[in-house]
Amino acid sequence: MSLRIEGDVRRFRDIVKGRIRRDLKRYMSNGEMIGKKGKDFVSIPLPQIQLPRFRFGENKGGVGAGEGEEGDAVGEEGEGEGDGQGRAGQGAGQHVIEVDVSIEELAAIMGEELELPRIQPRGQKDIVAHKDKYTKIAPVGPDSLKHFRRTYKRALQRQIASGTYRPDNPVVTPERQDNRYRSWKEDNKPERNAVVLYMMDVSGSMGAAQKEIVRMEAFWIDTWLSSQYDGLDTRFIIHDAQAKEVDRDTFFSTRESGGTLISSAYKLAMKMIDEEYPSSEWNIYPFHFSDGDNWSGSDTRDCMRLLQEDMLPKVNAFCYGQVESEYGSGQFYGDLQKAFPDDESVILSKIANKDAVMASIKTFLGKGK
Amino acid sequence: MDHSLFNQRFRNGLPDELKAMQDQVEEVARKAGLDFFPVVFEMVKPEEMSMLAAFGGFPSRYPHWRFGMEFEQIHKSYSYGLSKIYEMVINTDPCTAYLMNVNHSTDQKLVMAHVYGHCDFFKNNMWFGHTNRKMLDQMANHATKVRKWVDRLGLARVEEFIDACLSVDNLIDIHAGAIRRQPRTSEPGTTMRERVAAGETPELPAAQDFKYDVDRSYMDEYINPKGEVLARREKALQQSLEPVTVPERPERDVLGFILEHAPLHDWERDVLGIVREEALYFAPQAQTKIMNEGWATFWHTKLMTEGLARADEIVQYAHSTSGTTAMGRQQLNPYKLGLELFRDIERRWDTGRHGREFDACDDMEAKRAWFVDERGGLEKVFGVRRIYNDVQFVDAFLTEDFCRAQGFFAYGWDPRNKQYVIESREFGKVKEQLLQQLTNFGQPILEVTDANHNNRGELLMEHRHTGADLQMDWAETALGNLSALWRRPVHVHSQLKGRPVRISHDGESPSREFLDRKGSAKPPKKKEKESQ
Repeated sequence: MSLRIEGDVRRFRDIVKGRIRRDLKRYMSNGEMIGKKGKDFVSIPLPQIQLPRFRFGENKGGVGAGEGEEGDAVGEEGEGEGDGQGRAGQGAGQHVIEVDVSIEELAAIMGEELELPRIQPRGQKDIVAHKDKYTKIAPVGPDSLKHFRRTYKRALQRQIASGTYRPDNPVVTPERQDNRYRSWKEDNKPERNAVVLYMMDVSGSMGAAQKEIVRMEAFWIDTWLSSQYDGLDTRFIIHDAQAKEVDRDTFFSTRESGGTLISSAYKLAMKMIDEEYPSSEWNIYPFHFSDGDNWSGSDTRDCMRLLQEDMLPKVNAFCYGQVESEYGSGQFYGDLQKAFPDDESVILSKIANKDAVMASIKTFLGKGK
Repeated sequence: MDHSLFNQRFRNGLPDELKAMQDQVEEVARKAGLDFFPVVFEMVKPEEMSMLAAFGGFPSRYPHWRFGMEFEQIHKSYSYGLSKIYEMVINTDPCTAYLMNVNHSTDQKLVMAHVYGHCDFFKNNMWFGHTNRKMLDQMANHATKVRKWVDRLGLARVEEFIDACLSVDNLIDIHAGAIRRQPRTSEPGTTMRERVAAGETPELPAAQDFKYDVDRSYMDEYINPKGEVLARREKALQQSLEPVTVPERPERDVLGFILEHAPLHDWERDVLGIVREEALYFAPQAQTKIMNEGWATFWHTKLMTEGLARADEIVQYAHSTSGTTAMGRQQLNPYKLGLELFRDIERRWDTGRHGREFDACDDMEAKRAWFVDERGGLEKVFGVRRIYNDVQFVDAFLTEDFCRAQGFFAYGWDPRNKQYVIESREFGKVKEQLLQQLTNFGQPILEVTDANHNNRGELLMEHRHTGADLQMDWAETALGNLSALWRRPVHVHSQLKGRPVRISHDGESPSREFLDRKGSAKPPKKKEKESQ
């Protein structure tokens, strides 16, 4: 498709990207785009992109038709125009414009704005993925892959060569030897896969506001990491005194009331890594979010040992985000800091509120791990 | 135009069966009495249709991101199946219309009939009388001109300026195309005041000059009593000593005024002129939306049901038309309103339900049974389509019975519950609201009242407040754009929640001031204060 309007569309997209870049901090701290994420696109509301005009404000009213008594609500404002001609743009400007931006574009903007370095995939060993590409033509194959144009071309060539082609009656009849089929070529491409293991403390002290922060963190982490790797897996572990794996929705909505044993989550994460994500093939990112209160000092010691001996040798980076709750902030952050003072692969961040999300993302991803 | 030649030349784009269909529709339309420009149909793909819709129907427009934005919106909405553009037609001679290649053939027939209705309207409605029928070329010329400036000055600069122009392109005088402006009455330096100021002693006009002409001399002392003549002379002298304001009377064509008086560069003048010309070209369409769509729908339903649609096409036809004329609870569907009004007019003038006698009759039973065999309906609707625009159309033909039958209500914003609620079903209120909505095609009216405000070359405008306030944040940003064009601070007098307010923009930031503080509102004093 080549349309004259493409230049304008491109220009519009550039402006959109510029606006997102300018307002990235706001988007990162209010989370309004998170609910609007599709597989490849995010819908971003852009109220400020419209041309400002002199127009009537909210007390303008109007005329409608239908049932209802005086004082009844007439419902949400919505465009009711079914179809029809009429000039475009008329009546536009009443609604906030939502623009679809691909995850790749968003990650690119995010990378530029936060000055995130490209991630150096861990390990020398390339993981090779096989992919079949149908780029070859072969003389044998199943009928379903028959390449008609090539087949007829061969037949025509043969007929011309053998003198059986008659221009006044140009019938081309392929014979068995003329048949051509689409065929595949094996493509070996180094593929880099990553898995993010999200762990979250769901004990009583983690409230809705804290989970919202974690949800925002997860959105941006996913966005960035998926732009850096060919494939991205995400797994979710919640824990109080016990840990279990859940799906994404459950992860962000569960609230338990038990105590907190952080080591339970780390143990489960290690089990997953050992069973499903061999570190020779996967780039592994455990992210743990908690308010920092652990049940006992001995469990904290267990955690440190687990990290030191089992987890750190196998993962790209271990990230810990301590979300401040209404009960204050615990001491797990300090414990980690003490245990791994110089370890580059242990990344710690304190997230006081929504406004701190951006800085925290930069901390987590800014190391290029 | 020789239509057979025309057909040969222009109908090549359509497949044969659609060509035949067009011939059929055209013949039926002409027999029904429609009078139209020749119509060129073009077959387009959905994405091309979306593009044309974004471009306002024209295949070539100047480069601007807004078209890209509109394209994305329209095409997304189409791709998700939320809306579908059946057809588009533009006001040119020959009339250009687009058909979408994925549409059902019955819909194509319907659309053709609809298009002939529009085309008849474009040709005959007097509000379109002064529009440029060669706009297809003109738009392309505009595109070329703007591209030339872009090449020379860079996209960012030109685009920023176009943004500023577009944000005030509703400040036009919809009658500008039809008005011959009087030139400024006096040359600079020739007014009495200026001559007095220059030290001259101009001779005073004789009293004789202020007399009205009288044919019969004996009437003279009655028509020109002495005291009256002297008073007139005195008044004229006073007026001639007052400074000449620019504009001499409030000027509604704000864009035109800026074009003429702002210190713009050549390229800026060029671009602003283009934006204004295009806004004026589209204005009649906004002014006659209800009538235009109503008229086209009136005719496509008539033609389709009175012979054009085959028996097997009727269901598809009815399905499409019901979609087009569906009425939302909060949105007035111009197709529906216009269609029903035209049908009502036809019915009333067929049966004599109009005029003083009918209006004066307050016997409901008699009114219901009213019948005078006039059969003037068709003639009347043709007359109406010639001289009315939406405001006049609704004002003249929206009757109480009609309003009740359609179930209209007026709604308004309830600030307490933050929602729109039904305010009234009273005929007077509904009609007033509707007319309000249509006046100046739904745009606020701002007039330039002083181009040398505070004697500092600032632009002062008056918002003719008619009940609805301006949306303040938008107005302030738009005002900023206006000050970028005017190069000096700009002000608007308006009202906000019943209080007089002045919003200003000095090129840097907006400000807002209520003018009724401290009891007496004396704007000049406040202005001095503000300037310190």
